[in-house]
Amino acid sequence: MVLDRREVATPAARRGGRRGGAVRLGLMAVPVAFFALFFAYPVAAIVGRGLKADGVWQFGRIGEVLSRPDLQDVLWFTTWQALASTALTLLIALPGAYVFARFDFPGKQLLRAVVTVPFVLPTVVVGTAFLALLGRGGLLDDLWGVRLDTTVWAILLAHVFFNYALVVRTVGGLWAQLDPRQEEAARVLGAGRLAAWRRVTLPALAPAVAAAALMVFLFTFTSFGVVQILGGPSYSTLEVEIYRQTAQLLDLPTAAVLTLVQFAAVGAILALHAWTIRRRETALRLVDPSQTSRRPRGAGQRALLGGVLLTVALLVVLPLGVLVERSLDTSGGYGLGFYRALQSADAGGSTFLVPPLEAIWNSLRYALAATAIALVIGGLAAAALTRRAGRLVRGFDALLMLPLGVSAVTVGFGFLITLDKPPLDLRTSWILVPLAQALVGVPFVVRTMLPVLRAVDERLREAAAVLGASPLRAWREVDLPLVRRALLVAAGFAFAVSLGEFGATVFIARPDNPTLPVAVARLLGRSGELNYGQAMALSTILMLVCAVSLLLLERIRTDRSGEF
Amino acid sequence: MNTTTKCAATALAAALGVTVLAGCGDDSGSTGAGGSKTVTLVSHDSFDASDAVLKAFTKETGYTVKVLKSGDAGAALNQEILTKGSPRGDVFFGVDNTLLSRALDNGLFTPYEAKGLDRVAADVQLDADKHRVTPVDTGDICVNYDKKYFADKKLDPPTSFDDLLKPAYKNLLVTENAATSSPGLGFLLGTVAAHGDSGYQDYWKKLKANGVKVVDGWEQAYNEEFSGSAGGKKAGGDRPLVVSYASSPPVEVLYADPQPTEAPTGVATGTCFRQIEFAGLLDGAGNEAGGKALLDFLIGKRFQEDMPLKMFVNPVVKDAKLPELFTKFGAESEKPATVAPDKIAENREQWVRSWSSIVVK
Repeated sequence: MVLDRREVATPAARRGGRRGGAVRLGLMAVPVAFFALFFAYPVAAIVGRGLKADGVWQFGRIGEVLSRPDLQDVLWFTTWQALASTALTLLIALPGAYVFARFDFPGKQLLRAVVTVPFVLPTVVVGTAFLALLGRGGLLDDLWGVRLDTTVWAILLAHVFFNYALVVRTVGGLWAQLDPRQEEAARVLGAGRLAAWRRVTLPALAPAVAAAALMVFLFTFTSFGVVQILGGPSYSTLEVEIYRQTAQLLDLPTAAVLTLVQFAAVGAILALHAWTIRRRETALRLVDPSQTSRRPRGAGQRALLGGVLLTVALLVVLPLGVLVERSLDTSGGYGLGFYRALQSADAGGSTFLVPPLEAIWNSLRYALAATAIALVIGGLAAAALTRRAGRLVRGFDALLMLPLGVSAVTVGFGFLITLDKPPLDLRTSWILVPLAQALVGVPFVVRTMLPVLRAVDERLREAAAVLGASPLRAWREVDLPLVRRALLVAAGFAFAVSLGEFGATVFIARPDNPTLPVAVARLLGRSGELNYGQAMALSTILMLVCAVSLLLLERIRTDRSGEF
Repeated sequence: MNTTTKCAATALAAALGVTVLAGCGDDSGSTGAGGSKTVTLVSHDSFDASDAVLKAFTKETGYTVKVLKSGDAGAALNQEILTKGSPRGDVFFGVDNTLLSRALDNGLFTPYEAKGLDRVAADVQLDADKHRVTPVDTGDICVNYDKKYFADKKLDPPTSFDDLLKPAYKNLLVTENAATSSPGLGFLLGTVAAHGDSGYQDYWKKLKANGVKVVDGWEQAYNEEFSGSAGGKKAGGDRPLVVSYASSPPVEVLYADPQPTEAPTGVATGTCFRQIEFAGLLDGAGNEAGGKALLDFLIGKRFQEDMPLKMFVNPVVKDAKLPELFTKFGAESEKPATVAPDKIAENREQWVRSWSSIVVK
């Protein structure tokens, strides 16, 4: 089992003959059709609706919209807050990546799951938690009278909260596999501590840092809920503006231009990302992470560990704790009153709310369906991409990531005007929600499966064959154990991401099966203590469901579980 | 060899997928089948009705109601406009007077005069000559106040738009972004109605000077900033005045445990803007007969009396009785402000834009 991670790149780049090419095309057919039908076509249709008048393209509108000063402000703010968020996230999370990679400490596994919870929590919930922390009467306010709500700091900190795990996992994952003996060797040869780090570790780490930074940049550049809730009316990102122009104002021309601008930006980010990923896959000598981490020694290392734990406590645990606290804080003192209220008959009996068990069931059902779709599509795509090949395939790889950078409202409204004729009149079908969620899940599946699939060493199979195993047996003994774990990890991520997904579930009309995030948003939309308390209680439940699925993931995490 | 492996792996994934999908498909059976026996109501996320009431409709007419919800009021209507001609449902409920012109100009609805329309107050029948839409409920957007705050300070709460400019109420009011929030827009329209097309900008400059705070949505304003609501109390809200609904005080009572004998909040009855919500038969509806029956039912006594405790709005028919919760804890607004829908449609964007430039920037 340890053998597989010795080398990342045994380039299987020998072009696999005519037959291999045909198989690859066959494998790609399904994901390509899926993306064409459920992503490219709807998005193109809604953009086309905005840019065409009486059947004639109106490209002049692009210039018109882009010269509006208010929209230029939006573009400028979107860019600089994403840059600032990325820098801040790296600054805060890189020490964390080091600590998670190199140190052993009790509760490490649990903590790694905990820091990942925010990544999959819906922004409605996070916004509420952050207001509680940074807003009036929040902790900062209590201690020093500092309030950060409706300032850009609240947005930046929330972005760090969301993306902390991304950096810790991407960079920390690689860091843990770098052989510390290389740095030690450099020092033995006379290099100072800093020089050794700069010459040996940094170059090996740089591509992973760059990849993580680009993903953080992508997620913060397209930030929606955080900016809407924490930024107040004076801050708006491109994504928020696209939502306003589409859903509120139905100004499709402006929305179309903004969508194209975001597309161009996201495309550029993804191209850069693909490039850094490729650099990262250049051969590195990797070792078993369990051999590189040890208990911290000395005051300096303990202080570093302490500092990181404190950061995690303040930045991640505290906001989540606030939600739990409020879910228990009933007017009659602390208790489970709101959780009991969730079960009362009052919650049923009308179309607005469903009993929470049903909302949980709805969420699980949608998430399972989305996971299944994402696994099929992502799995096929990853299989097709396994053999490194020409530009076309690489372009396809980047294409699969595009849905991460396209607004849910664009996709949702695109569905409305494209999937409206039999046999594909899916507009009122429940399947639309998992389909939209799967679009976001596929990139995670591909990114998790691909490195593992690529790393399966041909020689292992050959060795098995030499020892007399039938092809089936070789597959069962060699490939399956490796791929199965990656598959489970991929499934877990797709599942958690779908579980917290809010945008598509809200924008897409559906027979009323509210999911947990939707139910939370509805409860928050009503006055009254019980509604507010129940919203907090449901948020806590959602958090727990996410945390449990992530903890299960930690148990089966492969050492090279892709970039997330 | 290599490729067989991958095929097998993906086949496994595919098999897994199909199984789960099959397991999830149980609710799709009701979608298309049955056809004319199902009538589909498209609405926004706040739509609510008792199951018992919807069952009564099925018993009376034989039609089962299927409810589709798609986002807030603005997003739901815009989705209808996009799908005009091949609508997802038969009846749309939830277009209010601030959006009515947009709906009518786009020709969304087929005229139908609902049975029992004579019981509906004349002043809410904004399309009385054509009957493209039927009024279903009204709700007032008003400033709410925290009773305890004003009692402690021995200060009278404000009652009118002009009161809000007084120094005594400096830094007390929180409202919502008129560009994105429907109460925020309602409050802005209320000031336009009170001070006219030319005077409202001046009013907002003064209100800004008097420390009005603007947040993006009702949830933040009411649950975080307002000191009188249950959520706001927990969040340490410090604004005793908030733009909310006339029905908010009864809701605070209904969802408190134990229920208090008096509402913790009150309504500044001279600061109200009246929202009227309409329903209409969608052009191209698959089940027109069912849609008509549903429209009749929406202004029927049974549905009208169910609404107040479900959606916290007021009925529009004269024979519907308000629940005790409303008569006891609710407030009657004095002459709520209104603005004609076509005037709103014409000026809305410009009003909101100049409002933003005064208050937000």
